[in-house]
Amino acid sequence: MSQSETIISFRNVSKNFGSLEVLKNISIDIPKSQVFGFIGPSGAGKSTIVRTVNALEGIDGGEIRVDGIPVHAPSTDLNRLRANIGFVSQSFNLYPHLRVLENVALAPVKVKKLPRGEAEERSASILRTLGLGDKMDVFPTRLSGGQQQRVAIARALAMEPRIMIFDEPTSALDPELIKEVLDAIRSLLATGITMLLVTHEMNFAREICDTIVFMADGEILETGKPEQFFRAPKTGRAQDFLSAILNR
Amino acid sequence: MTMNWSVIYRNLPLFVTGVRMTLTISFLALLVSIPIGVIAGLFRVSRLRSLRFVAAAYVEFFRGVPLLVLLIWIFFVLGRFLRLTPYWSAVFGLGIFSGAFVAEIVRSGIQAVPRGQMEAARASGMTWLQAMRYVILPQAVRKVLPPMASQFIILVKDSSLVSVISIVDLSMVAKNLVATTFRSIEIWTFVAVLYFCITYGLSQLIALCERRFRMDH
Repeated sequence: MSQSETIISFRNVSKNFGSLEVLKNISIDIPKSQVFGFIGPSGAGKSTIVRTVNALEGIDGGEIRVDGIPVHAPSTDLNRLRANIGFVSQSFNLYPHLRVLENVALAPVKVKKLPRGEAEERSASILRTLGLGDKMDVFPTRLSGGQQQRVAIARALAMEPRIMIFDEPTSALDPELIKEVLDAIRSLLATGITMLLVTHEMNFAREICDTIVFMADGEILETGKPEQFFRAPKTGRAQDFLSAILNR
Repeated sequence: MTMNWSVIYRNLPLFVTGVRMTLTISFLALLVSIPIGVIAGLFRVSRLRSLRFVAAAYVEFFRGVPLLVLLIWIFFVLGRFLRLTPYWSAVFGLGIFSGAFVAEIVRSGIQAVPRGQMEAARASGMTWLQAMRYVILPQAVRKVLPPMASQFIILVKDSSLVSVISIVDLSMVAKNLVATTFRSIEIWTFVAVLYFCITYGLSQLIALCERRFRMDH
């Protein structure tokens, strides 16, 4: 894997909820086309850190740049930036009043101003790739959790983003539905899209991530290759975390 | 006591004009209250403090003043400066009054849509207004239809107060007829039935909308 140019950079980023520091002086560079997995105990700041990348969360200090653009600067056109960043959260958040195909095509039509026909054609082809070809005309409430999450992934992909953020994409799913969602995420590897993944699926993280970022208490404690991290974590916190989670 | 219902047939044309006035004033007031209510409701969930303040002041003031007092004040005070006829004083008075309640219904409808919906829409690059228009409001509409139905029915019934500024609506027709015929039981019974027919028709109409807007089939 060649060390390509940086697409996301954090410089001394901090964030507080009141007196609680949820991000403490974070600095990290994420190269293009890499898959970064964020793991750690709950309350570590994993979700918060990925949600600052598209400014769903604000920051209180430091700077985050995406493609060189300072995300949290007041002059930044956030809508334009977000159009290039796909976001999938644990709660799917499909639009319940729209059919599956309309869910996927909405942002391309309204944000990218694509003609409806073209947007729907493209959306349909993404849905078919994710195995949802027969669900295009149903309403989201008729779908299983796994299917809903795959629609949410399709909805994000329809904007042709350069970055995909997955914030605990399988945490709300029944165990038997997790695999189909992980398969959908895995299928994106070939596209070379940059991915940030917050997950508790350690085997999956180990398999698809180029880099594991281990966080606890708002700090990045370790960054490394999955093989090295899972075999021999350096910090005590990471050792405790892994032994707690893997020896259940 | 003997009833004499002939007073109703003999004066049917009068009742028709009264019903027509009640219907048009209520309908026009409805047309005034919906945009005012939607805008004030949106202001109440806005991120801008100043907009929230303006909307809250509007809602609190008009919700807090009795409609009777408001109608009289608009006609005699505001109407004098703006040269408002009783008719338009009634329409605006009712509309602005009802709009305050509509605003609260709209606000609660918007707030009943899960937060994740706004987040998903904004994360895809939509502006706040786009997210409202294409994602939040279509869902809020379905949630507000039942309380809106109640509000519109209240509006029709409240319109009976416009007789205080000399509008000849259904209630005024009844009052005048009672004064000349003394058949108060027959007349007020008939008027109650007429009001019921109007409001029942309205609630059936909104029930129809609700069925049309159901989203899961």
